[in-house]
Amino acid sequence: MFQLKSLLIVVGFSAASVLSFAADITGAGATFPFPIYAKWAEAYKEATGTGMNYQSIGSSGGIRQIRAKTVTFGATDAPVSGADLDKDGMVQFPMIIGGTVPVINLDGFKPGELRVTGPVMAEMFMGKISKWNDPKFAALNPGKNLPNETITVVHRADGSGTTFNWTDYLTSISKDWADTVGKGAAVKWPAPTSVGGKGNEGVAANVNRIKGSIGYVEYAYVKKNNMNFLQVQNANGKYVSPDDTTFAAAAAGADWFSVPGMGVSMVNAKGDNSWPVSTASFILMYKVPADKAASADALKFFDWSFKNGKKMAAELDYVPLPDSLTEQIRSRVWSQIQK
Amino acid sequence: MGQDMQPPLSSVDNNSHYMQPPLSSVDNNSHLMAVAKRQRLQDVLFHRLTQLFSLLVLFALAGIIVSLFINAWPTFAKFGAHFIWYVEWDIINEEFGAAIAIVGTIASAGIAMLVAVPLAFGIAVFLTETCPVWLRRPLGTAIELLAAVPSIIYGMFGLFVFAPLFADYIQVPLRDVLSGMPLIGFLFGGAPNGMGILAAGIVLAFMVLPFVAAVMRDVFEITPPILRESAYGLGCTTWEVVRNIVLPYTQKGVIGGIMLGLGRALGETMAVTFVIGNANRMPTSLFSPGTSIASTLANEFGEAADFHMSSLFALGFLLFVITFVVLAMAKIMINRAEKAKGF
Repeated sequence: MFQLKSLLIVVGFSAASVLSFAADITGAGATFPFPIYAKWAEAYKEATGTGMNYQSIGSSGGIRQIRAKTVTFGATDAPVSGADLDKDGMVQFPMIIGGTVPVINLDGFKPGELRVTGPVMAEMFMGKISKWNDPKFAALNPGKNLPNETITVVHRADGSGTTFNWTDYLTSISKDWADTVGKGAAVKWPAPTSVGGKGNEGVAANVNRIKGSIGYVEYAYVKKNNMNFLQVQNANGKYVSPDDTTFAAAAAGADWFSVPGMGVSMVNAKGDNSWPVSTASFILMYKVPADKAASADALKFFDWSFKNGKKMAAELDYVPLPDSLTEQIRSRVWSQIQK
Repeated sequence: MGQDMQPPLSSVDNNSHYMQPPLSSVDNNSHLMAVAKRQRLQDVLFHRLTQLFSLLVLFALAGIIVSLFINAWPTFAKFGAHFIWYVEWDIINEEFGAAIAIVGTIASAGIAMLVAVPLAFGIAVFLTETCPVWLRRPLGTAIELLAAVPSIIYGMFGLFVFAPLFADYIQVPLRDVLSGMPLIGFLFGGAPNGMGILAAGIVLAFMVLPFVAAVMRDVFEITPPILRESAYGLGCTTWEVVRNIVLPYTQKGVIGGIMLGLGRALGETMAVTFVIGNANRMPTSLFSPGTSIASTLANEFGEAADFHMSSLFALGFLLFVITFVVLAMAKIMINRAEKAKGF
């Protein structure tokens, strides 16, 4: 009797899930925005009954999936170039904004107490500055008692949009880095001390464990793990701490339609209050979708998220797009998608 | 009692059966033929079915090799055999070589075997020779349970528990004592941050230990008691019995168990990814972070595209080849050992 009951329950559940999946919006790609997309999806399902099934398989995986047309939208942290978008007949628009933060493990300093400029940080990540009491770093932090400790660089072992954002920044700020390393979802880390951690949580765990280490993680992990971070000098020469206001300031300064596909790099953005390592995460969709109903459903979801998702984004330490920008996305980008 | 009183009944029955006219021989033959035919058909079907199952495995194997090779072809076409010893892994500039990952894989698996085999041997000898009977079952079960722990658990244990302890209590003392020594000093240099080839090797050792130990115990147990007891009767010590009776008798199984462990160590992914350090550099000491083929694949597949993807397939293909060579060598070793014994 008991077995029969549980069997019925199982059958009922699977039937229900088949029914609900049938109308689900499908998407795949970047891991960086996954928490907020998942939260929006949950709230959207409650509000409208339509689910959204997002597979966080990584940015290049998302691009592959949308090209293979197995999903209604793809998501990527590193924007696809305008030429590639035209070739594939796709549009691209930003969906959410966040920031990458240099985190350190150094005893005796409060979070944000130490400061760094982009070029000095690039040298640290290259292994050219190998001690915390190096004169170049000490000069930026007068009066601080810096230890004679070896700097261990911690980086992402897996390919990631966070790494793209970080190396994009180092490339923009240091010619040496641009020439010898470059930017990408994964790069060849030049520092002889560097170790890799898997995922943001892996990097956070390693930084918290290894004395004298420096790494980079998404802002949410800094807050969650109470990590010590560096203030960074921005393009206007001001030292800023990472938080949603400085990320939003960086986004405000960006001229989104200056680049085809809105693929504006927000690193080193102008503005006194701009966090220099901010980034947007992008959505990819076809102009002429194979399944127009599904595509329209996805747009409805994005529209709803722009309107109702701001508080949820802030709770998870993301920065929602400003209304002026979402209005332009509706009128200038979504209008290109056939309904 | 009552039942005993009526034995004749069945015998009467039997008799009456014999009394019936026998089946005609033709009938009888055809009946037997039918049975034989049905049985033969059953045998043939059974044979074909099991054959199909084994062929399925072969097809899958061939399919994997072929698809790996096809996907890896752009890389092999560009770098040729040079790919194998090319010390480079630069994703941005699309320069790929397998040497770093191969060295990391073989070094970590080698360390694992160096640690695990003696331990497993000791465990198996204890369990089969000297362990009190009441302890045998719980201890044996505990070791088998160790084999059932998912590898991600070993990885997390390795990263969060083992690595910090390893850094403070093993790496630092080892470095202080040994890094100044000539010839082997370089093996113990580098930053003691708890991650690296040696740490990965030790975590791997604990992962393969239960497999090797369980196989060794099972084969030690099949040594005929008469041989063992004769040796004891002649006054052999436990070690002499193990060395001269048990080991020679079970050689094949022992090597098989070791190879099973080595195969697992070479291909282990998650646990290694957590503790090996994931640095695409040629390791210079036992403490340096490195990378293994499996951990590189696990890390980079998600964001790989085009040529990078093909190079990852090439790495996978090489891992396949390495595992194949290891198993083939094990087979050859077993055969040689048997020839030497004159079987």
